[in-house]
Amino acid sequence: MAHVLVIAEHDGAGLQAASLCTISASFQLAKAQGGEVHVLVAGGSARQAAEAAAKIDGVAKVLLAEGDSYAHGLAEPLAALVAEIGGGYGAILSPATSFGKNLSPRIAALLDVGQLSDIIGIVSADTFIRPIYAGNAVATVQSSDCVKMVTVRATAFEPAKADGGHAVIEAVSAAVPDARSRFIDQQLSKSLRPELTAARVVVAGGRGIGSAENFKTLIEALADKLGAAVGATRAAVDAGFTANELQIGQTGKIIAPELYIAAGVSGAIQHVAGIKDSKVIVAINKDEEALIFQVADYGLVADINQALPELCAELSK
Amino acid sequence: MKALVAVKRVVDYNATILVKADGSGIDTNNLKFSINPFDEVAVEEAVRLKEAGMVSEIVVVSIGPAQAQDTLRNALAMGGDRAILVTVDGDVEPLAVAKLLRAVVESEKPDLVILGKQAIDGDCNQTGQMLAALLGWPQGTFASALAFKDGELNVIREIDSGNETVSLQLPAVITADLRLNTPRYVSLPNIMKAKKKPLATTTPATLGVDVAARQRVLKVEPPAKRKAGIKVGSVAELVAKLKNEAKVI
Ligand SMILES: Cc1cc2nc3c(=O)[nH]c(=O)nc-3n(C[C@H](O)[C@H](O)[C@H](O)COP(=O)(O)OP(=O)(O)OC[C@H]3O[C@@H](n4cnc5c(N)ncnc54)[C@H](O)[C@@H]3O)c2cc1C
Ligand SMILES: Nc1ncnc2c1ncn2[C@@H]1O[C@H](COP(=O)(O)O)[C@@H](O)[C@H]1O
Repeated sequence: MAHVLVIAEHDGAGLQAASLCTISASFQLAKAQGGEVHVLVAGGSARQAAEAAAKIDGVAKVLLAEGDSYAHGLAEPLAALVAEIGGGYGAILSPATSFGKNLSPRIAALLDVGQLSDIIGIVSADTFIRPIYAGNAVATVQSSDCVKMVTVRATAFEPAKADGGHAVIEAVSAAVPDARSRFIDQQLSKSLRPELTAARVVVAGGRGIGSAENFKTLIEALADKLGAAVGATRAAVDAGFTANELQIGQTGKIIAPELYIAAGVSGAIQHVAGIKDSKVIVAINKDEEALIFQVADYGLVADINQALPELCAELSK
Repeated sequence: MKALVAVKRVVDYNATILVKADGSGIDTNNLKFSINPFDEVAVEEAVRLKEAGMVSEIVVVSIGPAQAQDTLRNALAMGGDRAILVTVDGDVEPLAVAKLLRAVVESEKPDLVILGKQAIDGDCNQTGQMLAALLGWPQGTFASALAFKDGELNVIREIDSGNETVSLQLPAVITADLRLNTPRYVSLPNIMKAKKKPLATTTPATLGVDVAARQRVLKVEPPAKRKAGIKVGSVAELVAKLKNEAKVI
């Protein structure tokens, strides 16, 4: 029997959606390992987020670590903390977000164990499924390490229900290493649109959109019509059409909305790696040979400069 | 200041990946291999720091088969000064790579180690963070810009909600994201020059590192295929399908 520890990503008030998905993965794993699920909530002031975690049905215990050094999610103090309290767990799970990807391998090395990144399935207590080669292959991997260090792809697991539970909250602390890294600031995108990885509908633009101006008038306008999130290809971000956090793909975000609309996107494997699990894929591209049509449920060969405004108009009918 | 850059030889990002019929792995026969794209960015960054007078020497390191010499020569042609190949056949897990790199760092004593954020074969995104942990150094992962300021290194990091700036004391570990820079093309004269640059080889045993696998790949399968869709003739038809057939709007 071994317990499972989840490192929660939170915003001070509540847990991020990806944390809820990670917790639901942890339920599966805890069942396979025959142990409980504990959730670590660390932050400058994190009690409110810890209380939210304690309400999740199935969580047995919440570990609360508060202190200035944890305020900005820096990996160095957090990894030191988890390495100190985490060694006895059978598994330690983090969401495969920029937070978890930065932190989890640092903990793994401190515990002298390997890591399984971005898992999409749990086969047994020590065996996991994960994509490799930008999702062009899927590997089933068995770990012989005493602690299974895992990051979880959120779109592969349903979010855990955020109510019905009453776990105990226990304060934890650890010696904080000398700070050799310092948080300076964050430049966060301010958007009223749904969050890209959690949205039901996503509209994405590629290089074919042509300009930042067009990205607003074509992609963002359609997204707002549909109440959708906005996404982009790497080429569109590199060309300066939109912000980097909207990039979808192997090195961007992984999404699995009900509806994904790609406009002016060629369908490079690195982009498709991030959209493959969408329920319905629509592609609009003027090149009928574009690779994106090979994964699209509905393809429209058309010039986006005409098709997108027409689509907005049609949706208003 | 001395910089060490880790470069991995991987299947080229343009190659078509086919899974072996027996499920044992990827069929790499006849595939083109190249430097991992993120590592090319890492090398470019080190070369730019050298050109800016911040870095005096660039050592490039690879862990892999003898053919990884080509990857190292490529990095030397971009502007690396010297190369080290740790010869290992077969896959080496990120933790073992990090331990080998730690051993190299302990003898080379660089002030800055730059890795790619992720190797595009295993898509692990682990090694830089692990190396930083083993060395007890600060880490600046997923970097899209570097700037030296008052003896510290400011790193702009790409995070899910935007960008973040952290300041690191040296020595430090950086992992490069693609937007850190655009790597240069290597010129023929530089390729010729790179052939004469020193390339040393060593082994895990010499470095005193156990590279035994902790993980066993039980099988490798192709991903679930999406079933082929249809082409619609007009925007109106598209909207009708989405409403009535797919029922997603
Ligand atoms: C290591 C690595 C990682 C990468 N990671 C990612 C990633 O995470 N995400 C990502 O997206 N990419 C990634 N890439 C880049 C990827 O390989 C492609 O270069 C990129 O996805 C192409 O973007 P695009 O489709 O917008 O541009 P292009 O390939 O240039 O395609 C533009 C498309 O627009 C169409 N078009 C042009 N004008 C019009 C018009 N008026 N009307 C209709 N259609 C039009 C064209 O027919 C074309 O198909 C990565 C690459 C590497 C090497
Ligand atoms: N075999 C290797 N040789 C040299 N560098 C490597 C090797 N494996 C990983 N790296 C470095 O670590 C980074 C991240 O790799 P990974 O953790 O495997 O995704 C790569 O971009 C390289 O810079």
